[in-house]
Amino acid sequence: MMGGMFAGAPKGTAGDEETFGKVYDKRVVTKVLPYILVHRNLAILAFVAMLVFSATQVAFPWMIKVGIDRFITGGDFAGLTWVFGIFIGLAALNFGSNYIQQLAMAKVGQGVLFGLRRDMFAHLQKLSLSFYDKTEVGRIMSRVQGDVGQLQEFMSLVVVTLGDLLSLAGIVAALLLLNLKLGLISMTVLPVFAIVLMVWQPFAIRAYVRVRTSASIVNGALNENISGVRVVQSMNRQEKNLRDFDAKTQDVQKSNLYASRLSAGLLPPVDILMAVAIGLSLFFGSGMVADGALELGAMIAFVLYIQRFFDPIRNLTMQYSQLQRSMASGIRIFELLDKEPDLVDSPDATPLPRLRGEVELRNVSFGYSPDEDVTRNVSLKIEAGQTVAIVGPTGAGKTTLVSLLARFYDVKRDRGAILVDGRDIRDVTRGSLASQMSMVLQEPFLFSGTVRENIKYNHTDVSDLQMTEAAMAVGAHEFISRLEDGYDTYLEERGGNLSVGQRQLLSFARAIVADPRILVLDEATANIDSYTEMLVQKALRRLLQGRTAIVIAHRLSTILGAHKIVVLAKGEIIEVGTHSQLMNLDGLYSHLYHMNFDAMEKSADQSGKMAENGQAIAQTNDTNEKASVTGHGTVEVDLSPGAQNDSSDGHSEPAVNDKPASANGTHAKQPETKPARVKSS
Amino acid sequence: MNEILRIVGLAFAHKRLCAAAYLAAAGAATAYLFLPKFIGGAVDDITEIAETGEVPQGTILVAVLAILGLSVVRGFLSFAQTFASESLSQRVAYRVRNQFYDHVQRMSFGFHDKQHTGNLMSRAISDVESVRMFVNMGIIRTPYFIALFIAVSVLLLQLDWRLGLISMSFLPPAAFQSSLLRLKMRSIWLRAHEKMGELSTALQENLTGVRVVRAFASEEYEQEKFERKNIEVATDTIEAERLHSLNASFTLFTFVVALGLVLWLGGREVINGQMSLGELTQFILFMQILAMPVRMTSMLVHAYARAASAGQRLFEILDFESPVQESPGAEEITRSGGRVRFNNVSFSYDDRHPVLKGIDFEVQPGKVVALLGAPGSGKSTVVDLIPRFYDVRSGRITIDGMDVRDVTLESLRRNIGIVQQDNFLFTTSIRDNIAYGRPHATMDEIVEAAKVAQLHDFISALPDGYDTEIGERGSTLSGGQRQRMAIARAVLLDPPILILDDSTSSVDAGTEELIRQAMESVMKGRTTFVIAHRLGTIQKADTIMVLKDGEIVQRGTHSELLQSRGPYREIYELQLRPQEEIMREVDMPMAIGGEALP
Repeated sequence: MMGGMFAGAPKGTAGDEETFGKVYDKRVVTKVLPYILVHRNLAILAFVAMLVFSATQVAFPWMIKVGIDRFITGGDFAGLTWVFGIFIGLAALNFGSNYIQQLAMAKVGQGVLFGLRRDMFAHLQKLSLSFYDKTEVGRIMSRVQGDVGQLQEFMSLVVVTLGDLLSLAGIVAALLLLNLKLGLISMTVLPVFAIVLMVWQPFAIRAYVRVRTSASIVNGALNENISGVRVVQSMNRQEKNLRDFDAKTQDVQKSNLYASRLSAGLLPPVDILMAVAIGLSLFFGSGMVADGALELGAMIAFVLYIQRFFDPIRNLTMQYSQLQRSMASGIRIFELLDKEPDLVDSPDATPLPRLRGEVELRNVSFGYSPDEDVTRNVSLKIEAGQTVAIVGPTGAGKTTLVSLLARFYDVKRDRGAILVDGRDIRDVTRGSLASQMSMVLQEPFLFSGTVRENIKYNHTDVSDLQMTEAAMAVGAHEFISRLEDGYDTYLEERGGNLSVGQRQLLSFARAIVADPRILVLDEATANIDSYTEMLVQKALRRLLQGRTAIVIAHRLSTILGAHKIVVLAKGEIIEVGTHSQLMNLDGLYSHLYHMNFDAMEKSADQSGKMAENGQAIAQTNDTNEKASVTGHGTVEVDLSPGAQNDSSDGHSEPAVNDKPASANGTHAKQPETKPARVKSS
Repeated sequence: MNEILRIVGLAFAHKRLCAAAYLAAAGAATAYLFLPKFIGGAVDDITEIAETGEVPQGTILVAVLAILGLSVVRGFLSFAQTFASESLSQRVAYRVRNQFYDHVQRMSFGFHDKQHTGNLMSRAISDVESVRMFVNMGIIRTPYFIALFIAVSVLLLQLDWRLGLISMSFLPPAAFQSSLLRLKMRSIWLRAHEKMGELSTALQENLTGVRVVRAFASEEYEQEKFERKNIEVATDTIEAERLHSLNASFTLFTFVVALGLVLWLGGREVINGQMSLGELTQFILFMQILAMPVRMTSMLVHAYARAASAGQRLFEILDFESPVQESPGAEEITRSGGRVRFNNVSFSYDDRHPVLKGIDFEVQPGKVVALLGAPGSGKSTVVDLIPRFYDVRSGRITIDGMDVRDVTLESLRRNIGIVQQDNFLFTTSIRDNIAYGRPHATMDEIVEAAKVAQLHDFISALPDGYDTEIGERGSTLSGGQRQRMAIARAVLLDPPILILDDSTSSVDAGTEELIRQAMESVMKGRTTFVIAHRLGTIQKADTIMVLKDGEIVQRGTHSELLQSRGPYREIYELQLRPQEEIMREVDMPMAIGGEALP
């Protein structure tokens, strides 16, 4: 399985995706737009309220001007009272519009975030496993959480910024209306400020990119340390880890300080330019007042406006980094959303009817990366209701093969086909296939929630009786009943409060409840002790009845009962047949088998004394005499005693075309038909 | 409140930075406060111009230059203040982050059994950020704003005490409203945070369990689960935002009303000749100075509420004492002889359900103990107690006669090599993963360990060899390869005590045999505890202990145990008759021992 996985860039570095520094990105904006349009009415309401709010904000200095020029300098107190009345009215309007714009905008914003989260989640359900093989969970998490969170900040910022821009426009208009000439003079500072910004911007972009990069490295390290804490503690790595982490957090701190020095660096120019503008308007304004070209109140309003003029600009620069961060987040979010699921139902895909359970692989070749095939030209036919065992050394491609059957990955059209009941699985809807398949994986995965929720996973309509029956069938009922709250016991993250074996039993129960037509066991019993495994085997017997099953196991004992054993090595099927056939073949299978056996023998020799029958065979108890006399008796716990047999009930094996090979406990007897020994190329 | 005080304490620990920030803030405020005086003066000058028609260019120029000079000072002091408070907040965040990291990594397994990774992550990321924001906003800006308020009030009252009182009149209602909302917002934020944590847990599980989700075609079911949490998060956040908006709008409203009052009543005084127009301008300008802080109050309240709930969540973790503590006089053990003794040990994860009862045994140095039993019988718990991942409830565990609780954790664990059931690999190179417990191991040692774990050939065949990077949770390695990595990791430690928890269960027969041979040589001279499900591994043990419901029900060597009718023999038999009987019962064509055939 390794080809694909090591291809590509090393993981754990954050460099590859942190290279954005834009404050405005058209793609992001156009993509967010539809999410906003869903809440069109609220957004319009928010905008209108914002207009009203900004207008009132701009109106206050103007009212001051009116009060001074019209009434105070003229000594008209009654008139001033009118102005005051209007002032209060405006204040009320200001209050109402302010509240409405913020609330409406919050609703729109949260609606957008809700939609984004929902869509990202839904999209993540569609991406094939090859995506998950290459992408760390932590990184996806940080997109759905961190990046969406950044957009949340962005949303509240939009309100402020949009409001600021509107007041800026209002103020410019007011300045020019008050006095065109003086307005233009006081605004001469703007080009200077623009130049300052232009010089500043590239530095800021780089600084904030660095901030994000270092932060994401810290988050990755933290996540890993928490997930791997058991190893950390048993390896005594706390000191070293803290030192490593410290280096990373120091980098975060440094990059943040550099960035904040930059953003604070804008403060002096802003303050100075504001003073220049005020000075200019006072200096030239005084001349105009002398000439009678400007009223005194207008002069004061000028000062007030200029002071406010810089507030929005000041805010904008302070928000600059946030804007940039949000855009980078937006880019990452849509990058994920735009990631074409490479495994989609074809447009004319039809749902599968209830399956008989026939499975066929035709010349399937597959690799995770283009340059390395994990399976090569695999052909295999499994009759409905049959059990097939796949064995082979680590890395032979066993898990890959069943992953292909479950359509975790798609086989390329020109590289073979997988058929279920004669239908190409690429031409049916994945849901209809998956709902008729169950997989029990080597590492049982449980969800946090109650035992009940876990067993009834995805099948909430199942009755409690069925659930209990399933639990009993796999021998899980007993321990569940002993749990504090029985079936309502809450399981910690990934079932942490259960042993691995117990978790596996639950996942078996879960598979039974799902009532699949095809069952895949991927080393499902590896973590179960022998006693429990026996229980599970019994349960499996029932579970397998009438279902097609594919079993991957290292324990040969688990395999012996299969109709057919497929031996896989380096991605190719090298042997197919029943146990006895394969033993006679004297190939890899018998080699594997003997390896276990010999090891056993040796250990038995060492311990010396177990074989009552004089054979160096470790098992000799009365209930097992058959084994001890079988000759190749296997005693290793991994191996079942006795020879195996096969299709004596007449299930014929089209692919292998074997007849019952009655090895009957001896090696000597040759099967009448040769088992298939696939030629390896 | 407590949380806030603690955050303040954290910030004040950096005395110099705090002082620098406050001084710069005070300086900037002072410069700022002189501005209205000069502008007001200029207005009075201009009023004169309006009356006399003469332009006193000189005085205006002086005012303009003064304004400019003050602004330069203010600009640079603002820079200093912003930078100092940013440094302060970053430093606090840095410390809290490191503390959190270190605290969490030292927590006993009991803690980690209960904590979701996603939940811990969100505390470490967003809660630390909330605290940082508060240091900046709450600890530096709040006093600055308060000082500004007080200074402005004093100046205004000096100028005209009645008008001064009026201009300050907006404060009480705004403050009242804010403090009212603060309480409400805090609880809403706390709730929203929790919901967010649940949301991320749902997401994380969906992602880590992606194979299960796909295998069950449960995408829709998962989507619904996520959607419920998603809605809750959105609803709570909107409510918090609503309160925030209400607060912000109301504060601004009271301020504008006060401004109107100043214009109205101040205008009357100007009309009556009790006040100059320049003085009224000063009043308005001073109030303008207050406009920014007023706008910020609601943000401050917001930051405060967030910090209080974030602080609560953070300190909850930081204050959680790991039940496994090093005793004050703990001794360092250099290299243990490897004699392990369990003295009537009992244990329970939750104080209610005993997991181990009266476990009592002694292992001589270099001997191999195999633990056997059904899932949940307590095998893993027994071995987890030796390195003190959990502490015993009663009884004691000694190594070379020393209670493990009297030994430093570091030296205790240094003496124990563990291959766990659930192997975790880190996103780093293969080399660093093997050398995880001994970062300074030489390449030769690493290769040697890899060879012992039968991993060297595989690694050498990779394009980047030992420098190959491993993906998250080692997902790019097969189960067998991951286990061998874990074995290599433990081998490199060269520990006198070795714990192998299920370590070879998912390796195929060929690999397992290789590992077993390797382990046999590794076990030499080490006290070894093996939990395995295969008798093949177990048989070689010097002692086999069979556990059932937390008790040792049988112990002895393989041959001893076989001779007595007991659970071991039962298991043994069951192992030896795998499919046979089971399959015969079923009407299936598989299976079966020779005489099964007619």
